[in-house]
Amino acid sequence: MHTGRAVALRRSNVDTDQIIPAVYLKRVTRTGFEDGLFAAWRNDPDFVLNRPESQGATVLVAGSDFGTGSSREHAVWALRDHGFRVVVSSKFADIFRGNAGKGGLVTACVAQPDVERLWSALEAEPATEVTVDLNARTVSWGSESVPFDIDDYTRWRLMEGLDDVDLTLTHADQVAAFEASRPSWLPTTA
Amino acid sequence: MPRTLAEKVWEAHVVRRAEGEPDLLYIDLHLVHEVTSPQAFDGLRVAGRPVRRPDLTLATEDHNVPTMDIELPIADPVSRVQVDALRRNCAEFGVPLHSLGDRDQGIVHVVGPQLGLTQPGMTVVCGDSHTSTHGAFGALAFGIGTSEVEHVLATQTLSLTPFKTLAVTIDGTLAPGVTAKDVILAVIAEIGTGGGQGYVIEYRGEAIRALSMEARMTVCNMSIEAGARAGMIAPDETTQAYLEGRPRAPKGADWDAAVAAWQELHTDDDAVFDREVVLDAATLAPFVTWGTNPGQGLPLTASVPDPAAITDEHERSAAERALTYMDLVPGTPLRDIRVDTVFLGSCTNGRIEDLRAAAEVLRGRQVADGVRVLVVPGSERVRLAAEDEGLDVVFKEAGAEWRHAGCSMCLGMNPDQLAPGERSASTSNRNFEGRQGKGGRTHLVSPLVAAATAVTGRLTSPADLPPVSPSTYAGKGI
Ligand code: SF4
Repeated sequence: MHTGRAVALRRSNVDTDQIIPAVYLKRVTRTGFEDGLFAAWRNDPDFVLNRPESQGATVLVAGSDFGTGSSREHAVWALRDHGFRVVVSSKFADIFRGNAGKGGLVTACVAQPDVERLWSALEAEPATEVTVDLNARTVSWGSESVPFDIDDYTRWRLMEGLDDVDLTLTHADQVAAFEASRPSWLPTTA
Repeated sequence: MPRTLAEKVWEAHVVRRAEGEPDLLYIDLHLVHEVTSPQAFDGLRVAGRPVRRPDLTLATEDHNVPTMDIELPIADPVSRVQVDALRRNCAEFGVPLHSLGDRDQGIVHVVGPQLGLTQPGMTVVCGDSHTSTHGAFGALAFGIGTSEVEHVLATQTLSLTPFKTLAVTIDGTLAPGVTAKDVILAVIAEIGTGGGQGYVIEYRGEAIRALSMEARMTVCNMSIEAGARAGMIAPDETTQAYLEGRPRAPKGADWDAAVAAWQELHTDDDAVFDREVVLDAATLAPFVTWGTNPGQGLPLTASVPDPAAITDEHERSAAERALTYMDLVPGTPLRDIRVDTVFLGSCTNGRIEDLRAAAEVLRGRQVADGVRVLVVPGSERVRLAAEDEGLDVVFKEAGAEWRHAGCSMCLGMNPDQLAPGERSASTSNRNFEGRQGKGGRTHLVSPLVAAATAVTGRLTSPADLPPVSPSTYAGKGI
């Protein structure tokens, strides 16, 4: 369960080049990407993230097709490093959604009319607190509560904070058995 | 039960299946580059894990590398750190690497196929969304994030839930001058940038079968721009002819065994796709984008659309924003749009056939005054092949710059960038705001349109150009 203030980003098709432009991808660490978040848009003093009421917000509410384009996981890291814990949208790009699950960023997929109502509520009252409940799969604000969609497995992993590699290595015998059965003509790089 | 091509390849790679969990899939080939891998290697180091199968892993340097003066140290210190990190990681973990200056260096999606590493029926992944390119061989190939890169390095597997299947059938024959790039731009305009979400697309039909391997790669490459993780084309004689004799292709008895297995790799006649889209090749024309996502495209003969005429509220506001960013006025014929730069290259259109097609248009012609033309081969092998054929001379005599291999202005991580407000015609795959440089404006085009645009300085197809007079040829001594 997470509760925090939210930012209404009234744009659809927010691609990962907008979330973090390529020139900010040059770090070799997993942190420190917040300066690249929406870098081009943040030059505009009126951009929603620059407004005083957006400071400290932890929930981003965006239009449909969020996270399209490049597979850069840096997009998830930039959102997290900036302080976001949840992105709400009516549609996420597949790779972004997978990356978010690994990076501990919740992607809450709600119906577009619910996004619109949440946008209106936030624009009317920027201090509105939004609660995202992974257990009940609901997004709530004021007196409203709407369901969101997330697959069971991702939800379970987010709740348990599991390491994927550890999980897979428990099946190392099956991997080895499969490996032994691969056709000999398959190519190698060595 | 009848199955689609994608389902057959998926099923053949399931290591483990359990109720309520994603499938664990075996990965046959893992391609690595400098931008999305450093944090993954770090993760291995921290956990004390090796790379499970360095012999199924191949790294190359592409996104950051300069395309001129490549013998000098990389000037941008931050790019240099990233490339150096890849070199150290590959040495430490035993992963083969094609570095700057090596004849097999180049864009990761050009390098794999040209070595013969990408073969039908394989699973191929890379920390790069355009991994979909490799689906042209009938491989199941898709982009992954850095955490997944680490997972594949450590285990040679990935946990995944099956994709849905979408058939895109292109019937009929393409008119002369209409290329694979125009086909895929038209498909994306048809189904939208989110239309393929959750799907693997299988491209089929007469027009697809008639495409060369390189053209098929162009189509599959941009599947991600339609929102799909992967694109596939069933292997056939064209695929076999391309692979035969390549350095990593099977040889002798192995070749026969492989070909026999590949013959099973097609969608069964009565298999059912989750969704189907059909286009008629005869209706397709050279296509260009006018907006800031790859779905905002139209035939070159059309005009900049009027957002007021768009009924969907979100599409309308997206179009309005795009036109403001692109500095375009509704109703302007697309052929009147002037560009400052032409970029010919990328994993979409940086192969030898693309360079040949563009060179054919530029032969005996001159680049328009004030237009900068960058020709960046997709790999060093492509560069060397082009130079063998004398294409570099054609480009240089026309007034274009001839460069070394890399991603270059496709994403502007190296010094090849648009300045704010500059406009390009680009054979790459993304026209997002600032993709080719902060404030830069991008029109996505085919190599033919790129070359013709270089000549006039306006978005142009080769059919619009006056013929080259024989005296021009004589004067140039070609
Ligand atoms: S050429 Fe462009 S799209 Fe292709 S891998 Fe490089 S940056 Fe990505």
